Amino acid sequence: MEQLKLDYKTILSNYIHNQNERNLYIGQNFIKRLIQKNVTPEEVISIHKQALEDIIEDLPEYTIHAYDFLIEVMVHFGLKLKEHQSLLMKQEELRIEMEVAAKIQNTLLETTIPNPEGLDIGMISVPLRKMNGDYVHFMHDHKRFLSIAVTDVVGKGVPAALCMSMVKYGLDTLEYANSNPSYVLEVLNQLIEKSVDDGMFVSMCYGRYDLEKDIFTWSSAGHEPPLYYHSRENAYYDLESKELLLGILPDVKYSQKDIKLNDNDFIILMTDGVTDFRNREEFDPRQYIKELALSCRHLNAQEMCDNIHKQLQVLHNYKLEDDFTIVIIKK
Amino acid sequence: MAEKVTVEIVTELDIVTARKLGRKQAKQIGFNKVDQARITTAIGELAKNIFQYACEGKIIIERINKEGKKGVSITSIDQGPGIADVQKALEDGESYGAGLSSVKRLVDSMHIFSEEGKGTTVKVEKWLR
Repeated sequence: MEQLKLDYKTILSNYIHNQNERNLYIGQNFIKRLIQKNVTPEEVISIHKQALEDIIEDLPEYTIHAYDFLIEVMVHFGLKLKEHQSLLMKQEELRIEMEVAAKIQNTLLETTIPNPEGLDIGMISVPLRKMNGDYVHFMHDHKRFLSIAVTDVVGKGVPAALCMSMVKYGLDTLEYANSNPSYVLEVLNQLIEKSVDDGMFVSMCYGRYDLEKDIFTWSSAGHEPPLYYHSRENAYYDLESKELLLGILPDVKYSQKDIKLNDNDFIILMTDGVTDFRNREEFDPRQYIKELALSCRHLNAQEMCDNIHKQLQVLHNYKLEDDFTIVIIKK
Repeated sequence: MAEKVTVEIVTELDIVTARKLGRKQAKQIGFNKVDQARITTAIGELAKNIFQYACEGKIIIERINKEGKKGVSITSIDQGPGIADVQKALEDGESYGAGLSSVKRLVDSMHIFSEEGKGTTVKVEKWLR
Protein backbone atom coordinates (compact mmCIF):
# COMPACT_ATOMS: atom_id res chain seq x y z
CA MET A 1 0.00 0.00 0.00
CA GLU A 2 2.80 2.45 0.89
CA GLN A 3 4.48 1.82 -2.45
CA LEU A 4 1.16 2.39 -4.18
CA LYS A 5 0.77 5.74 -2.45
CA LEU A 6 4.29 6.78 -3.40
CA ASP A 7 3.78 5.80 -7.01
CA TYR A 8 0.49 7.63 -7.20
CA LYS A 9 2.14 10.74 -5.83
CA THR A 10 4.80 10.59 -8.53
CA ILE A 11 2.22 10.11 -11.29
CA LEU A 12 0.03 12.92 -10.01
CA SER A 13 2.99 15.23 -9.54
CA ASN A 14 4.12 14.57 -13.10
CA TYR A 15 0.69 15.41 -14.40
CA ILE A 16 0.38 18.59 -12.37
CA HIS A 17 3.68 19.79 -13.83
CA ASN A 18 2.96 18.61 -17.32
CA GLN A 19 -0.57 17.89 -18.44
CA ASN A 20 0.23 15.70 -21.40
CA GLU A 21 -1.45 12.59 -22.73
CA ARG A 22 1.41 10.31 -21.71
CA ASN A 23 1.04 11.19 -18.03
CA LEU A 24 -2.70 10.68 -18.24
CA TYR A 25 -2.17 7.30 -19.82
CA ILE A 26 0.19 6.25 -17.05
CA GLY A 27 -2.50 7.30 -14.58
CA GLN A 28 -5.06 5.11 -16.29
CA ASN A 29 -2.78 2.11 -16.23
CA PHE A 30 -2.32 2.64 -12.52
CA ILE A 31 -5.95 1.57 -12.04
CA LYS A 32 -4.99 -2.05 -12.70
CA ARG A 33 -2.74 -2.03 -9.66
CA LEU A 34 -5.46 -0.44 -7.53
CA ILE A 35 -7.85 -3.17 -8.49
CA GLN A 36 -5.29 -5.92 -7.86
CA LYS A 37 -4.81 -4.54 -4.36
CA ASN A 38 -8.56 -4.30 -3.78
CA VAL A 39 -8.43 -0.58 -3.19
CA THR A 40 -11.88 0.92 -2.73
CA PRO A 41 -13.02 4.21 -4.31
CA GLU A 42 -12.91 6.04 -0.97
CA GLU A 43 -9.32 4.89 -0.47
CA VAL A 44 -8.41 6.20 -3.89
CA ILE A 45 -9.71 9.61 -2.87
CA SER A 46 -7.80 9.42 0.37
CA ILE A 47 -4.59 8.52 -1.52
CA HIS A 48 -5.22 11.42 -3.86
CA LYS A 49 -5.78 13.84 -1.03
CA GLN A 50 -2.62 12.68 0.74
CA ALA A 51 -0.58 13.00 -2.43
CA LEU A 52 -1.93 16.47 -3.09
CA GLU A 53 -1.06 17.57 0.44
CA ASP A 54 2.50 16.33 -0.10
CA ILE A 55 2.92 17.89 -3.52
CA ILE A 56 1.39 21.28 -2.83
CA GLU A 57 2.51 23.10 0.24
CA ASP A 58 -0.12 25.17 2.01
CA LEU A 59 -3.07 23.40 0.47
CA PRO A 60 -6.03 25.51 1.54
CA GLU A 61 -7.99 24.24 4.50
CA TYR A 62 -11.25 24.17 2.53
CA THR A 63 -9.75 21.86 -0.10
CA ILE A 64 -8.84 19.37 2.60
CA HIS A 65 -12.35 19.60 4.02
CA ALA A 66 -13.78 19.08 0.58
CA TYR A 67 -11.75 15.88 0.18
CA ASP A 68 -12.84 14.63 3.59
CA PHE A 69 -16.38 15.28 2.52
CA LEU A 70 -15.87 13.35 -0.70
CA ILE A 71 -14.40 10.38 1.21
CA GLU A 72 -17.45 10.35 3.41
CA VAL A 73 -19.80 10.51 0.44
CA MET A 74 -17.94 7.79 -1.43
CA VAL A 75 -18.17 5.34 1.48
CA HIS A 76 -21.91 5.66 1.38
CA PHE A 77 -22.04 5.72 -2.38
CA GLY A 78 -20.05 2.48 -2.57
CA LEU A 79 -22.46 0.93 -0.10
CA LYS A 80 -25.55 1.90 -2.01
CA LEU A 81 -24.00 0.94 -5.33
CA LYS A 82 -23.32 -2.58 -4.01
CA GLU A 83 -26.91 -2.85 -2.80
CA HIS A 84 -28.14 -1.71 -6.18
CA GLN A 85 -25.92 -4.19 -7.98
CA SER A 86 -27.10 -7.07 -5.85
CA LEU A 87 -30.68 -6.07 -6.61
CA LEU A 88 -29.92 -6.15 -10.31
CA MET A 89 -28.35 -9.57 -9.93
CA LYS A 90 -31.43 -10.81 -8.16
CA GLN A 91 -33.59 -9.42 -10.90
CA GLU A 92 -31.52 -11.29 -13.46
CA GLU A 93 -31.90 -14.53 -11.49
CA LEU A 94 -35.66 -14.03 -11.46
CA ARG A 95 -35.69 -13.39 -15.17
CA ILE A 96 -33.86 -16.61 -15.86
CA GLU A 97 -36.15 -18.55 -13.53
CA MET A 98 -39.14 -17.06 -15.28
CA GLU A 99 -37.84 -18.10 -18.64
CA VAL A 100 -37.40 -21.67 -17.45
CA ALA A 101 -40.90 -21.60 -15.98
CA ALA A 102 -42.33 -20.32 -19.25
CA LYS A 103 -40.58 -23.13 -21.13
CA ILE A 104 -41.99 -25.68 -18.72
CA GLN A 105 -45.43 -24.16 -19.12
CA ASN A 106 -45.17 -24.36 -22.88
CA THR A 107 -44.30 -28.03 -22.73
CA LEU A 108 -46.97 -28.69 -20.15
CA LEU A 109 -49.75 -26.92 -21.98
CA GLU A 110 -48.75 -27.94 -25.45
CA THR A 111 -51.73 -29.02 -27.49
CA THR A 112 -51.96 -30.41 -30.99
CA ILE A 113 -54.62 -29.06 -33.26
CA PRO A 114 -56.61 -32.04 -34.53
CA ASN A 115 -57.08 -32.43 -38.23
CA PRO A 116 -60.27 -34.43 -38.74
CA GLU A 117 -61.84 -35.00 -42.10
CA GLY A 118 -64.55 -32.49 -42.97
CA LEU A 119 -63.63 -29.91 -40.36
CA ASP A 120 -61.03 -27.18 -40.45
CA ILE A 121 -59.59 -25.99 -37.14
CA GLY A 122 -57.21 -23.09 -36.51
CA MET A 123 -55.80 -21.60 -33.34
CA ILE A 124 -53.59 -18.82 -32.05
CA SER A 125 -52.67 -18.15 -28.41
CA VAL A 126 -50.23 -15.39 -27.55
CA PRO A 127 -49.36 -14.55 -23.94
CA LEU A 128 -49.01 -10.91 -22.92
CA ARG A 129 -46.14 -11.67 -20.58
CA LYS A 130 -43.95 -14.75 -20.48
CA MET A 131 -46.56 -16.97 -18.88
CA ASN A 132 -49.90 -17.54 -20.55
CA GLY A 133 -53.18 -17.20 -18.64
CA ASP A 134 -55.12 -18.55 -21.60
CA TYR A 135 -55.21 -22.18 -22.53
CA VAL A 136 -56.68 -24.22 -25.35
CA HIS A 137 -57.15 -27.93 -24.95
CA PHE A 138 -58.15 -30.26 -27.79
CA MET A 139 -59.21 -33.86 -27.53
CA HIS A 140 -59.97 -36.13 -30.42
CA ASP A 141 -60.72 -39.82 -30.06
CA HIS A 142 -60.21 -40.30 -33.81
CA LYS A 143 -63.75 -41.48 -33.98
CA ARG A 144 -66.88 -39.49 -33.79
CA PHE A 145 -66.14 -36.79 -31.24
CA LEU A 146 -63.75 -33.97 -30.90
CA SER A 147 -63.69 -31.53 -28.01
CA ILE A 148 -62.26 -28.07 -27.52
CA ALA A 149 -61.80 -26.13 -24.31
CA VAL A 150 -60.88 -22.44 -24.38
CA THR A 151 -59.91 -21.19 -20.97
CA ASP A 152 -58.95 -17.90 -19.42
CA VAL A 153 -57.76 -17.51 -15.86
CA VAL A 154 -58.82 -14.20 -14.37
CA GLY A 155 -55.41 -12.75 -13.62
CA LYS A 156 -52.10 -12.85 -15.41
CA GLY A 157 -48.56 -14.07 -15.04
CA VAL A 158 -47.29 -16.76 -12.68
CA PRO A 159 -50.38 -17.20 -10.44
CA ALA A 160 -52.59 -17.61 -13.51
CA ALA A 161 -50.13 -20.09 -15.02
CA LEU A 162 -50.06 -22.22 -11.88
CA CYS A 163 -53.84 -22.32 -11.80
CA MET A 164 -53.87 -23.22 -15.48
CA SER A 165 -51.73 -26.31 -14.90
CA MET A 166 -54.43 -27.57 -12.58
CA VAL A 167 -57.17 -26.93 -15.14
CA LYS A 168 -55.13 -28.85 -17.67
CA TYR A 169 -54.84 -31.88 -15.42
CA GLY A 170 -58.53 -31.65 -14.66
CA LEU A 171 -59.25 -31.77 -18.38
CA ASP A 172 -56.79 -34.62 -18.87
CA THR A 173 -58.55 -36.67 -16.23
CA LEU A 174 -61.85 -36.28 -18.07
CA GLU A 175 -60.17 -37.99 -20.91
CA TYR A 176 -63.15 -38.81 -23.09
CA ALA A 177 -63.84 -36.55 -26.01
CA ASN A 178 -67.51 -37.55 -25.92
CA SER A 179 -68.19 -36.22 -22.40
CA ASN A 180 -71.04 -33.79 -22.12
CA PRO A 181 -69.79 -30.18 -21.99
CA SER A 182 -72.05 -29.33 -19.05
CA TYR A 183 -70.67 -32.31 -17.13
CA VAL A 184 -67.08 -31.28 -17.83
CA LEU A 185 -67.72 -27.77 -16.51
CA GLU A 186 -69.42 -29.10 -13.39
CA VAL A 187 -66.48 -31.36 -12.56
CA LEU A 188 -63.91 -28.65 -13.22
CA ASN A 189 -65.89 -26.15 -11.17
CA GLN A 190 -65.81 -28.51 -8.24
CA LEU A 191 -62.07 -29.05 -8.62
CA ILE A 192 -61.22 -25.36 -8.91
CA GLU A 193 -63.59 -24.27 -6.17
CA LYS A 194 -61.94 -26.68 -3.76
CA SER A 195 -58.32 -26.19 -4.57
CA VAL A 196 -57.75 -22.65 -5.69
CA ASP A 197 -57.50 -19.41 -3.79
CA ASP A 198 -60.71 -17.41 -3.35
CA GLY A 199 -59.57 -14.63 -5.60
CA MET A 200 -58.89 -16.90 -8.54
CA PHE A 201 -61.55 -17.62 -11.15
CA VAL A 202 -61.52 -19.34 -14.48
CA SER A 203 -63.73 -18.77 -17.45
CA MET A 204 -64.17 -21.56 -19.93
CA CYS A 205 -66.03 -22.39 -23.07
CA TYR A 206 -66.19 -26.09 -23.69
CA GLY A 207 -67.47 -27.48 -26.96
CA ARG A 208 -67.90 -30.98 -28.33
CA TYR A 209 -68.14 -31.57 -32.04
CA ASP A 210 -69.96 -34.56 -33.43
CA LEU A 211 -68.19 -35.31 -36.69
CA GLU A 212 -70.93 -37.63 -37.91
CA LYS A 213 -73.82 -35.26 -37.46
CA ASP A 214 -71.91 -31.94 -37.56
CA ILE A 215 -73.43 -30.86 -34.30
CA PHE A 216 -71.54 -28.54 -32.00
CA THR A 217 -72.60 -28.88 -28.37
CA TRP A 218 -71.30 -26.18 -26.10
CA SER A 219 -71.39 -24.96 -22.58
CA SER A 220 -69.91 -21.83 -21.13
CA ALA A 221 -68.79 -20.70 -17.69
CA GLY A 222 -68.63 -16.92 -17.74
CA HIS A 223 -66.63 -16.98 -20.93
CA GLU A 224 -66.56 -14.50 -23.80
CA PRO A 225 -69.49 -15.68 -25.99
CA PRO A 226 -68.33 -17.47 -29.14
CA LEU A 227 -69.43 -16.11 -32.51
CA TYR A 228 -71.31 -18.38 -34.86
CA TYR A 229 -71.45 -17.45 -38.50
CA HIS A 230 -74.39 -18.88 -40.43
CA SER A 231 -73.29 -18.92 -44.04
CA ARG A 232 -76.65 -19.43 -45.72
CA GLU A 233 -78.23 -16.56 -43.82
CA ASN A 234 -75.01 -14.55 -44.00
CA ALA A 235 -75.54 -13.66 -40.33
CA TYR A 236 -73.75 -13.96 -37.03
CA TYR A 237 -75.17 -15.31 -33.81
CA ASP A 238 -73.67 -14.77 -30.37
CA LEU A 239 -73.52 -18.03 -28.48
CA GLU A 240 -74.63 -16.33 -25.27
CA SER A 241 -74.72 -17.96 -21.89
CA LYS A 242 -75.16 -16.29 -18.52
CA GLU A 243 -73.56 -18.94 -16.40
CA LEU A 244 -71.14 -18.53 -13.55
CA LEU A 245 -67.35 -18.55 -13.76
CA LEU A 246 -65.60 -21.68 -12.52
CA GLY A 247 -64.42 -21.67 -8.93
CA ILE A 248 -66.90 -19.28 -7.35
CA LEU A 249 -69.50 -21.59 -5.83
CA PRO A 250 -69.61 -25.34 -5.32
CA ASP A 251 -72.22 -27.55 -7.01
CA VAL A 252 -73.06 -25.17 -9.85
CA LYS A 253 -75.12 -26.72 -12.63
CA TYR A 254 -74.32 -25.82 -16.21
CA SER A 255 -76.54 -26.14 -19.25
CA GLN A 256 -75.52 -27.00 -22.77
CA LYS A 257 -76.82 -26.14 -26.21
CA ASP A 258 -76.53 -27.61 -29.69
CA ILE A 259 -76.07 -26.01 -33.06
CA LYS A 260 -75.78 -27.71 -36.40
CA LEU A 261 -73.03 -26.55 -38.71
CA ASN A 262 -73.56 -26.42 -42.45
CA ASP A 263 -70.99 -25.93 -45.17
CA ASN A 264 -69.01 -22.68 -44.86
CA ASP A 265 -70.33 -22.00 -41.36
CA PHE A 266 -67.73 -21.18 -38.75
CA ILE A 267 -67.45 -20.63 -35.03
CA ILE A 268 -64.99 -18.26 -33.39
CA LEU A 269 -64.05 -19.09 -29.81
CA MET A 270 -61.94 -16.48 -28.07
CA THR A 271 -60.82 -15.06 -24.76
CA ASP A 272 -61.62 -11.57 -23.53
CA GLY A 273 -58.15 -10.43 -24.54
CA VAL A 274 -59.42 -10.43 -28.09
CA THR A 275 -62.36 -8.14 -27.42
CA ASP A 276 -60.46 -5.87 -25.06
CA PHE A 277 -60.61 -2.51 -26.81
CA ARG A 278 -59.93 -0.53 -23.67
CA ASN A 279 -58.76 2.66 -25.28
CA ARG A 280 -61.08 2.69 -28.24
CA GLU A 281 -64.56 3.44 -27.13
CA GLU A 282 -65.69 4.32 -30.62
CA PHE A 283 -65.41 0.66 -31.58
CA ASP A 284 -67.80 -2.18 -30.91
CA PRO A 285 -65.14 -4.88 -30.56
CA ARG A 286 -67.35 -7.86 -31.33
CA GLN A 287 -68.73 -6.14 -34.40
CA TYR A 288 -65.22 -5.33 -35.52
CA ILE A 289 -64.13 -8.94 -35.15
CA LYS A 290 -67.21 -10.15 -37.02
CA GLU A 291 -66.33 -7.92 -39.96
CA LEU A 292 -62.68 -8.92 -39.82
CA ALA A 293 -63.54 -12.61 -39.88
CA LEU A 294 -66.02 -12.11 -42.68
CA SER A 295 -63.46 -10.32 -44.78
CA CYS A 296 -61.12 -13.27 -44.60
CA ARG A 297 -63.52 -16.20 -44.57
CA HIS A 298 -62.14 -17.45 -47.89
CA LEU A 299 -58.93 -18.38 -46.01
CA ASN A 300 -58.53 -21.56 -44.02
CA ALA A 301 -59.17 -21.53 -40.26
CA GLN A 302 -55.53 -21.12 -39.26
CA GLU A 303 -54.96 -18.30 -41.71
CA MET A 304 -58.12 -16.61 -40.45
CA CYS A 305 -56.80 -16.75 -36.85
CA ASP A 306 -53.42 -15.37 -37.85
CA ASN A 307 -55.00 -12.66 -39.94
CA ILE A 308 -57.36 -11.48 -37.20
CA HIS A 309 -54.48 -11.42 -34.74
CA LYS A 310 -52.34 -9.40 -37.11
CA GLN A 311 -55.12 -6.90 -37.83
CA LEU A 312 -55.87 -6.40 -34.15
CA GLN A 313 -52.18 -5.94 -33.40
CA VAL A 314 -52.07 -3.14 -35.95
CA LEU A 315 -55.27 -1.60 -34.56
CA HIS A 316 -53.79 -1.62 -31.06
CA ASN A 317 -50.46 -0.29 -32.26
CA TYR A 318 -48.74 -3.58 -31.40
CA LYS A 319 -49.66 -3.11 -27.77
CA LEU A 320 -52.20 -5.80 -26.98
CA GLU A 321 -52.97 -5.60 -23.28
CA ASP A 322 -54.02 -9.13 -22.44
CA ASP A 323 -53.32 -12.75 -23.29
CA PHE A 324 -54.83 -13.32 -26.71
CA THR A 325 -56.47 -16.54 -27.89
CA ILE A 326 -58.66 -17.38 -30.86
CA VAL A 327 -59.88 -20.75 -32.08
CA ILE A 328 -61.82 -21.06 -35.30
CA ILE A 329 -63.78 -24.12 -36.35
CA LYS A 330 -64.85 -24.09 -39.94
CA LYS A 331 -67.09 -26.51 -41.72
CA MET B 1 -13.50 9.96 26.06
CA ALA B 2 -14.88 7.05 28.03
CA GLU B 3 -14.17 3.45 27.05
CA LYS B 4 -17.82 2.91 26.32
CA VAL B 5 -20.71 5.14 25.27
CA THR B 6 -24.36 4.27 24.77
CA VAL B 7 -26.81 6.16 22.61
CA GLU B 8 -30.52 5.45 22.81
CA ILE B 9 -32.07 5.58 19.34
CA VAL B 10 -35.54 7.01 19.48
CA THR B 11 -35.64 9.85 17.00
CA GLU B 12 -33.84 10.45 13.75
CA LEU B 13 -31.67 13.00 15.50
CA ASP B 14 -30.20 10.21 17.64
CA ILE B 15 -28.73 8.67 14.49
CA VAL B 16 -26.65 11.81 14.05
CA THR B 17 -25.60 11.76 17.71
CA ALA B 18 -24.47 8.13 17.43
CA ARG B 19 -22.48 8.96 14.31
CA LYS B 20 -20.85 11.91 16.02
CA LEU B 21 -19.78 9.93 19.07
CA GLY B 22 -18.60 7.06 16.88
CA ARG B 23 -16.43 9.32 14.77
CA LYS B 24 -14.91 10.90 17.85
CA GLN B 25 -14.09 7.49 19.29
CA ALA B 26 -12.63 6.25 16.00
CA LYS B 27 -10.46 9.35 15.72
CA GLN B 28 -9.12 8.94 19.25
CA ILE B 29 -8.28 5.30 18.71
CA GLY B 30 -6.23 6.42 15.75
CA PHE B 31 -8.22 5.35 12.69
CA ASN B 32 -7.45 7.23 9.49
CA LYS B 33 -10.00 9.40 7.70
CA VAL B 34 -11.25 6.60 5.43
CA ASP B 35 -11.77 4.18 8.30
CA GLN B 36 -13.37 6.92 10.35
CA ALA B 37 -15.85 7.38 7.53
CA ARG B 38 -16.47 3.63 7.36
CA ILE B 39 -17.04 3.27 11.07
CA THR B 40 -19.35 6.24 11.11
CA THR B 41 -21.28 4.96 8.13
CA ALA B 42 -21.63 1.53 9.79
CA ILE B 43 -22.98 3.18 12.94
CA GLY B 44 -25.36 5.25 10.85
CA GLU B 45 -26.71 2.19 9.04
CA LEU B 46 -27.19 0.22 12.26
CA ALA B 47 -28.91 3.16 13.94
CA LYS B 48 -31.11 3.68 10.90
CA ASN B 49 -32.16 0.03 11.06
CA ILE B 50 -33.24 0.49 14.65
CA PHE B 51 -35.09 3.67 13.82
CA GLN B 52 -36.87 2.22 10.79
CA TYR B 53 -37.63 -1.35 11.80
CA ALA B 54 -37.50 -1.63 15.56
CA CYS B 55 -38.60 1.88 16.59
CA GLU B 56 -36.47 1.77 19.71
CA GLY B 57 -33.08 0.47 20.71
CA LYS B 58 -29.55 1.52 21.45
CA ILE B 59 -26.08 1.70 20.01
CA ILE B 60 -23.06 0.95 22.20
CA ILE B 61 -19.65 2.13 21.04
CA GLU B 62 -16.66 0.60 22.83
CA ARG B 63 -12.91 0.67 22.63
CA ILE B 64 -11.49 -2.83 22.45
CA ASN B 65 -8.02 -4.34 22.85
CA LYS B 66 -6.81 -7.77 21.86
CA GLU B 67 -3.24 -9.06 21.70
CA GLY B 68 -1.90 -5.53 21.63
CA LYS B 69 -4.26 -4.47 18.85
CA LYS B 70 -6.64 -1.61 19.28
CA GLY B 71 -10.08 -1.41 17.79
CA VAL B 72 -13.66 -0.36 18.14
CA SER B 73 -16.76 -2.41 18.59
CA ILE B 74 -20.27 -1.25 17.84
CA THR B 75 -23.25 -3.09 19.26
CA SER B 76 -26.79 -2.39 18.24
CA ILE B 77 -29.53 -3.78 20.48
CA ASP B 78 -33.23 -3.52 19.77
CA GLN B 79 -36.49 -5.12 20.84
CA GLY B 80 -37.89 -5.07 17.33
CA PRO B 81 -39.42 -7.84 15.21
CA GLY B 82 -36.15 -9.76 14.91
CA ILE B 83 -34.72 -11.50 11.90
CA ALA B 84 -36.16 -14.89 11.04
CA ASP B 85 -33.37 -15.97 8.75
CA VAL B 86 -30.07 -14.22 9.40
CA GLN B 87 -28.36 -15.84 6.45
CA LYS B 88 -31.04 -14.59 4.12
CA ALA B 89 -30.90 -11.12 5.63
CA LEU B 90 -27.18 -11.00 4.94
CA GLU B 91 -27.48 -12.49 1.48
CA ASP B 92 -29.95 -10.22 -0.10
CA GLY B 93 -30.31 -7.34 2.28
CA GLU B 94 -34.06 -7.61 2.46
CA SER B 95 -36.42 -6.92 5.37
CA TYR B 96 -34.63 -5.87 8.54
CA GLY B 97 -31.23 -6.48 7.12
CA ALA B 98 -31.68 -3.53 4.80
CA GLY B 99 -28.15 -2.33 5.37
CA LEU B 100 -26.69 -5.35 7.14
CA SER B 101 -24.92 -6.91 4.20
CA SER B 102 -23.37 -3.58 3.33
CA VAL B 103 -22.37 -2.85 6.93
CA LYS B 104 -20.56 -6.18 6.91
CA ARG B 105 -18.36 -4.93 4.11
CA LEU B 106 -17.27 -1.89 6.13
CA VAL B 107 -16.00 -3.77 9.19
CA ASP B 108 -13.75 -6.72 10.07
CA SER B 109 -16.30 -8.95 11.75
CA MET B 110 -20.01 -9.09 12.36
CA HIS B 111 -22.14 -11.21 14.67
CA ILE B 112 -25.90 -11.27 14.72
CA PHE B 113 -28.05 -12.69 17.49
CA SER B 114 -31.72 -12.53 16.77
CA GLU B 115 -34.91 -14.06 18.00
CA GLU B 116 -38.08 -13.56 16.06
CA GLY B 117 -40.48 -11.33 17.93
CA LYS B 118 -37.95 -10.47 20.62
CA GLY B 119 -35.31 -8.39 18.96
CA THR B 120 -31.91 -8.27 17.40
CA THR B 121 -28.39 -7.67 18.56
CA VAL B 122 -25.73 -6.90 15.99
CA LYS B 123 -22.10 -6.64 17.04
CA VAL B 124 -19.39 -5.46 14.68
CA GLU B 125 -15.70 -4.92 15.22
CA LYS B 126 -13.04 -3.02 13.36
CA TRP B 127 -9.34 -3.20 14.16
CA LEU B 128 -6.64 -0.65 13.72
CA ARG B 129 -4.11 -1.84 11.17
